Amino acid sequence: MHKLLNDSPGEKIMLLGNEAIARGAIEAGVAFATTYPGTPSSEISLNLFQMSQESDLYFEYSTNEKVALEVAAAAANSGLRTFCMMKHVGLNVAADPLMTLAYVGVTGGMVILSADDPAMFSSQNEQDNRYYAKFGNLPMLEPSSVPEAKEMMRYAFDLSEELHQPVLLRTTTRINHSNAFVTFGDMKPRQTKGEFIREPSRCVTVPAVSRQLHVKLLEKMEKAKDICESSDFNPIKGSGKFGIIANGVSFHYALDAVKDLGVEEDTKILQLGFSNPMPEKLIKNFLKDCKKVLVIEEGEAFMEETVKAFAQEEGLMIPINGKSETLFSRLSEYDPAMVRENIASYFGIEYTPREKLSSDNVPPIPMRPPNLCSGCSHRATFYEVKQAAGDMDIICPTDIGCYTLGFLPPLNTGDFVICMGSSVSTSCGFGKATDQKVVSFIGDSTFFHSGITGLVNAVFNDHNFTLVILENGTTAMTGHQPHPGVDMERFGLDGFGRVNIEKLVRALGVEHVSVIKPFKVKKSIETIREALEYKGVSVILSQEPCALYAKSLNLLKPRAFKVSDRCVDHKDCVNTIACPSFYIEDGRVKIDADTCVGCAVCAQICPENAITPVKK
Amino acid sequence: METTRLIMVAVGGQGNLLASKVLGEAALISGVQVRMSEIHGMAQRGGVVESAIVFGEATSSIISDGEADILLGFEPSETLRALNRCSKDTKVITNTATLPPFTVSIGKGVYPDVENIKELLKDKCASLVAIDAMALAKEAGSPMSVNIVLLGALIESGSLGFTKENVIEAIKRRTKKAFLEKNLNAFELGFVAAQNYS
Repeated sequence: MHKLLNDSPGEKIMLLGNEAIARGAIEAGVAFATTYPGTPSSEISLNLFQMSQESDLYFEYSTNEKVALEVAAAAANSGLRTFCMMKHVGLNVAADPLMTLAYVGVTGGMVILSADDPAMFSSQNEQDNRYYAKFGNLPMLEPSSVPEAKEMMRYAFDLSEELHQPVLLRTTTRINHSNAFVTFGDMKPRQTKGEFIREPSRCVTVPAVSRQLHVKLLEKMEKAKDICESSDFNPIKGSGKFGIIANGVSFHYALDAVKDLGVEEDTKILQLGFSNPMPEKLIKNFLKDCKKVLVIEEGEAFMEETVKAFAQEEGLMIPINGKSETLFSRLSEYDPAMVRENIASYFGIEYTPREKLSSDNVPPIPMRPPNLCSGCSHRATFYEVKQAAGDMDIICPTDIGCYTLGFLPPLNTGDFVICMGSSVSTSCGFGKATDQKVVSFIGDSTFFHSGITGLVNAVFNDHNFTLVILENGTTAMTGHQPHPGVDMERFGLDGFGRVNIEKLVRALGVEHVSVIKPFKVKKSIETIREALEYKGVSVILSQEPCALYAKSLNLLKPRAFKVSDRCVDHKDCVNTIACPSFYIEDGRVKIDADTCVGCAVCAQICPENAITPVKK
Repeated sequence: METTRLIMVAVGGQGNLLASKVLGEAALISGVQVRMSEIHGMAQRGGVVESAIVFGEATSSIISDGEADILLGFEPSETLRALNRCSKDTKVITNTATLPPFTVSIGKGVYPDVENIKELLKDKCASLVAIDAMALAKEAGSPMSVNIVLLGALIESGSLGFTKENVIEAIKRRTKKAFLEKNLNAFELGFVAAQNYS
């Protein structure tokens, strides 16, 4: 049985934050869960997906976050406990349903999780999604630790049902990807079938209805504020005159800092775990006996601005600070030493930071940038597109996935990327705005996510570009989740349909559609050349399974290649495709037989035919 | 227990996340609080994997630059790269077997001299144990056991206060049965190599 399904209250176990969150949902009796995978949220859905195969939990990988939220909204309005999770930028995609779902509300408990990524470990921006809670009028909870994440998940469903409102649970990477001991609680029974009761005056958001709903929404938020005022998730530690208000992981950095600085007696720390709406009375009372207040929050001055407004209303003239050139930044993430130093400097506490080691005599250390895997079909496709384009001045809009790495030399096939699906729509724009040839790249999962509408636009508005859909049969970057083009029967899972991308693209009205097998280099280059010559929208489907995934499924029978004596040392292979299986020994190119998967792309481009299979 | 901060750095595929899990289990068995944070965005694509493990009473789960009490490096150039995480009080344990980055493999970068790396670490930090964990893992029966060899060396240092028995129990609970014997050999070889290091 899945370890998170164990009905063993009191069991203490080391869990990843994302596992603790999944467990919290299970303990709360979640019946219905939807997602589109995205780091740092992906392990939550992976665990729920696994558990759904062993229980009556309904789980789906939806095609994108907007779809996921709408599917979940229906379940939550049929009375089920529903959980919808995504990475922070995913909530932008889901923002349309989010803002009006807040008006409509829910009948079953609904939790929406936004996994924010300060410092952008694996994201294109570090937007602070707490503003969605304020923007949309959603109660918000922010865990500061792994065990608290589980407790908040449990509570979030109760809160949602009390208010008939979806609740936003906002995490950061350091919660999702930290491990700590968690104690299992009891498991509430799951109600897996609901009933939708018609209620047009709440559920059909024509203007006349929505005007009423907006009034009710503000009333709900007043009620949320009352609950927030006495929430256990907003504790105050200490009773000193130096006030600290902190959220999320910053709370623990502050807690450790006052201890390290020996000023526990002089400080009091308010943790805002229930942080939207802000607990007005609690904060005003907190401020009253403070000489000075420091607000510690990664990202924007979300709490600080409101705290200052509260102080103004109370006529309090005490210094309140957080974001400033001499204190905390709006950039990146915080760490314990940074928080300790800023607490010391702001409150005038004596503190000598640890002496930094000098970097004298340390030689340069070669970087270790991420690289496409050995035998990755994207590398072959990028190489072939470059060859087919020849001297053409091409712009390569790309998209979000492993293949974004194609922007690195020597492949240099990535010129513009802003968000999921943008490769297709920006190609429309570049094609019209310039005379340059546009060749763009999108993965299969990303195409389903948000590439299709862009392609419809391209057909309708008669745009001019070539779109390469990299069909590797999985959502590779986030850990090989399925997508609508995947044959689920291969995994012994029934109850799934399958969408054929080629048929779909033809049905959208794209007139020039071709298919390549990227490991057949010459033929692929010819096919790509034809597509590039076509005036209008052409689509190339590059079909080859993800090597890493194929290996994990035992579908790949690696057959290593070697460099024979015929090699005359052009190094074309290394310089043009840069597969990580190459290495140079005594000035000669060699292939690491342990990592070579035998895609044979290098063998086909070697002018001397010097690369040959290793004989068994 | 007083707070002890351990940084582990490795290259994707070297098994440092499993090593963290074993240490977490050992902490559970030993009744020590522990919080760990991992950064592994591009691990499978040849990037660097870093784990921060905080044992004891502190409640933060990450470690600031210059504040690691122990640095355990799975690859010598990565150990050196993590020097900014250390102070003059940091104990360093490193593997000496190299995994050159791709740029070096294709002749477009220079790998620092390993003897020089060792000297620098020894001069700048409190102590150094440098062992060829790859050779010892092979001796134990599997090149995959580099992580467990290094755990042996870490436990020998006594910095975590875990008994050998508790860590062996954690290895039994957290690693695959098929590799258990090799892993136990690897742990012992790493422990002894650290004992004999001078």
